[in-house]
Parts: sequence; C-alpha cells; structure tokens
Amino acid sequence: MSGFYGTKNKTMERHVLLRDVDVPNIREYDVYVANDGYAAWKKALTTMKPDEVINVVKDSGLRGRGGAGFPAGVKWSFIPKDIFPKYVVVNGDESEAGTFKDHQIIDGNPHQLIEGVALCAYAVQANTSYIYLRGEFYEPAKTLQRAIDEAYAHGMLGKNVLGSGFDLDIHIHLGAGAYICGEETALLSSLEGQLGQPRLRPPFPAVQGLYAKPTVINNVETLANVPPIVLHGAQWYRQYGTEKSPGTKIFCVSGRVNKPGNYELPLGKYTIRELIEMAGGTMDGRPVKGVLPAGSSAPILPANLLDTKLDYESVQAAGSILGSASFVILDDTVDIVWAARKMVRFFKHESCGKCTPCREGTYWALKLYDKILSGHGTLADVDMIGEVAGQMAGKCFCLLGEFATSPMQSTLKHFRAEYEAFIANHQGGKMNGYTDELIREGVLAGPEGVITRH
Amino acid sequence: MLREKRAADIAQVLAKYPPERKRSAVMPLLYIAQEEYGYCSDEAIREVAEIIGCDPTEVKSIVGFYTMFYEQPVGRYVIDVCDDLPCALRGADKFVTYCEKRLGIRAGQTTPDGKFTLNTVMCIAACDRAPVAQVNREYRYELTEESFDRMLDELSQS
Repeated sequence: MSGFYGTKNKTMERHVLLRDVDVPNIREYDVYVANDGYAAWKKALTTMKPDEVINVVKDSGLRGRGGAGFPAGVKWSFIPKDIFPKYVVVNGDESEAGTFKDHQIIDGNPHQLIEGVALCAYAVQANTSYIYLRGEFYEPAKTLQRAIDEAYAHGMLGKNVLGSGFDLDIHIHLGAGAYICGEETALLSSLEGQLGQPRLRPPFPAVQGLYAKPTVINNVETLANVPPIVLHGAQWYRQYGTEKSPGTKIFCVSGRVNKPGNYELPLGKYTIRELIEMAGGTMDGRPVKGVLPAGSSAPILPANLLDTKLDYESVQAAGSILGSASFVILDDTVDIVWAARKMVRFFKHESCGKCTPCREGTYWALKLYDKILSGHGTLADVDMIGEVAGQMAGKCFCLLGEFATSPMQSTLKHFRAEYEAFIANHQGGKMNGYTDELIREGVLAGPEGVITRH
Repeated sequence: MLREKRAADIAQVLAKYPPERKRSAVMPLLYIAQEEYGYCSDEAIREVAEIIGCDPTEVKSIVGFYTMFYEQPVGRYVIDVCDDLPCALRGADKFVTYCEKRLGIRAGQTTPDGKFTLNTVMCIAACDRAPVAQVNREYRYELTEESFDRMLDELSQS
C-alpha cells in the first residue's frame, strides 16, 4: 500500500495509540483483531449499557486531544437522550502547523480509530458518523476507507452489529484545504456544504450540531484512546499521566531537531528538554532559542522554560498552551522575526474572512512583517504589530483570530530585542537571504520587474 | 456530462448524506467534477449545482473558499510544496526556489507545456519528513534536489 506514514519511535514498552510501532501491519483487520482489536467494541455491545461506556470514559479523565483539552466523557454526557437522529463527527482536519499525529493514527492504526468512533456512537446512541479529514489526506483516506470496508465485511459496522440491535454507518468526508475547518462549528458548516466558517455558540453542537441535531465532535486522537479505556478500564488508563491530565499523548516534534517525529508519552512525566533529547537533540547540538508547544497557535516559550513538564497545566502555567502538542523547535540559527512572519502569514492565509478583527488584523500584521523583513521597517512598525495584535485579542469570532495574536505577542514579549536588532541590521532594503521568498510571495518585484502574485 | 459519465460515483457520494441534505455532497462532487474537467469550470459548477439543487453561485462560493478547488485550468501534475514554518526550518524555502528554477516558473504558475503547476501550500501534516510536497494529492516525503529531478523525469515520461 502506498503512502504509509509514520515514524517508528519506540518511547513506551507498549504504546496505547501508536500501536503500529509495536505491532507490524496492525492496520490490517486480522492483525488488529489478533491484538485485542474490536474486543472493547464486543464488550460494550454485549455487556455494557451506553451510559456505562460514557461513565468509564468520564472516569478515565480522557481530555480532548484536538487542542481544547475538554473532558471527552463529559462532552458525551451533554448529548440529549430523547432527540434523534444524533451524530458523531470526527475531527481529522489536522491542519495546525507542526501537527502530524492523526496522520499516523489514520495510516498506521486505522481500526483503533474506527473502534473508538463506534464506541462513542454507541455511548451516545448515534447511528451515523462522519469522519472529516482534511483534503490533503486523500491517501490516508483510502487507507481508512479500506479499514472501514473491512469492518463492515466482518460485521463490526452496519445493521444490527453483532446481533445487538445497534446500527452504525461511518462515512469519510474530505475537506478541501481550509485550516478553519478544524474549528468544530466551521467543520460542521463545511460538512453541511456551506463555507467553512464558524458559528455562534450557543447552541453548542451537543444540542444543535450537524443538521441541527445533537452531535459529538471529537478529534481523531481522542477517539483512538477510547477502545483501550473501555477494554481495560479507567484505572488502567490512569496509570499513565497525572491526576488532571491522565493518559498518554502523542507529541509531534518538528523543526531544528535531528529526529523529528511522533513520540507517544505519558502526560506530565517528561519535560520539554527531555522531549527534545528524545528527538535526537538539536541539529549540530545548537542551543534552543524557543519552542512552540502547539504549532503556530501557541505562544512561544523561550529556552529558560525548557524544564516545563509536558501536561496541560504545566505548559499553561509556563505561559503557553499544550493544545495538540505539536512541538516546533527553533534553535539559535532561526530569525525570530522571520519565524513570526511565517506564522502570521499562515493565519492571514487561513482567516475565513467572517469577522473583521481577524480578516483585517492578519492582513495588516503581515504587511508590517513584510515591511520589516524586506529591510524597510522602523521601530514604530514593531509597536504597531503589538497594537494590531492587541486590537485583535479578545475581539475575534473564533479562536483562529485569537491564535493569530500568539506569534506576534509572544515573540514581542520574549524577543523584542531581536526585532530591534533586525531593523537596525537591515536598514535600506538589506535582506539577508529572504529575497527569493519575498519575491515568490509578491512582496518584492522579481528580476522580471513585476510582482508575480499576491 | 458528469451525471452520465460518473453516475455510479455520484450515487455513492449522495448515499452518504440524508436525502434532504444533498448539499453536503457539494465538496465530494466538486472533486469528481475536477477530476473530469481538470478544474472547476463554469460548466462543472452548473452541473454540481443541478445535482444538489442549489444556485451555481453558491457552488462557486465554495470553490472560491477552499484552496484545493481550482478556479483556473492547472497543469497535469499539480506540485504543492509546503513552505510553512516547520518545513521551512528544514530547508523548504531553498527547496522551493530550486523547484522554481528547475521548472522555469514561479510558484503559482504552470509550465508552458501544461504539464506542471507549482504551488506553495500551508502545513500538510507531515512536518517530520520535510521538505514535503504533494503531487496530485499524493505525498512525496523528504525531498531533495536530486529526488525532485528524478520525480520530474518520471512524471515527464508518463
């Protein structure tokens, strides 16, 4: 099969999620079944009431792995019992810069996701599920569809599963290139065939979600946790992690390290420094300048905070967010102004245009960064970036706009001196290696004398 | 006509959604249309609108919103190279510059023979294997100048 994805970093004796590291070909139905696969599904259908499934997930303390960290079992318990149909929607939009964990689950261990979806659907009594994958997951979607087909063929999905009287259909829905669709209400709009723009809450999706029906939306990684929890119990799950952040988490490590990849670890056991060491240390052993714990959305943590523990509370206390745990490592060769511009460019590109602070704020912020990067910045521009970010913060319709302020505000907070030095060193259009990039992006005229595009 | 040529695929797509919620099929149908027409032409948009029973303008707005639907004709091979931060920390910008030179076009353009379109894209969820690209939505990992040359040679012959 082409396109199989995944780095094989053995970080645990037995992985809970990245089981493809331990068991070759676990993406095949037979291999999955031979390794406890669908045992939780059989257990739930034959011995547990739906509420018991919700309760074990609640007791496990499993928190949403998409970024928000909301307790999954609590979310499920919000679904009204007496309204039908209900839906389970899986968020596989995975578009946060630096995140590639769901990619590996879908490609390497797809049946565990399917089983998790099934358990969630049974718990809330939904008979239909849509797995929303980003459009670029065209190949992983084929792997997942093949696994879904296998599950149907073996009677794990479809009508009257295992004679329980419970029906379940799972469909894949491909997006088409829009980061905003990772926001749950934008995802629902997209799935309904509308523009992928967020909706006002309340009503929350649990009450009025897909087609205005009660809907659970969970991230791929969240649901992949559910089969082992149901099979082995909440106490078993809680052997990993901390009281408030139980379980294991996949840490995506990218950027200036020797062994970038996915690393599954118990939450709260290791520090950022240890994670970087696991990832082979920095390239050429250079000092770390800063770390983005959740891709572009997370405020940067400078090197003096590398001993922060890897759990939701500790990263938050350090001034950032654990979010999807996509650690982008920046060493001392990285220009912070350039890196911040890359992130602002991302948000400007991905802003859905619905609300003014985000749409206009990211647009003008990028203009300011372009000006500085092309060697025409002034100190007043640096202040203006802070002002634009300040005007956006707390005023955007959804979190995308709020996240867009992170690269601006956090780099200004920790690395303002670098902005000032950059401006001093690049006066009069001196560009220091960014020329090709800026021409490509239409910021500067190329040798052809024309600005090629915007 | 899509409805004749891709009847089975269209039926399969529509079956995923409640009958009164055909509009949910707009994105999968646009992918089918794009496969047939190469891009989301006005004709393709009208046909998709007819199938789901809405105004073509609404379908057009979907095409405009999502980056993976093409509003203009593209090359036979669309090469999407990620130059977002995590990839850029591992040499993606230099790599894109090489791609531009090798193809003789800038990112966002198509070669005069209509064979290749080169785009830069935002993060495509494979940052540990940068520089990374997709060619007609299929991943190409850990690209180098040499492997890019080889890839172009292979695609040119096919």
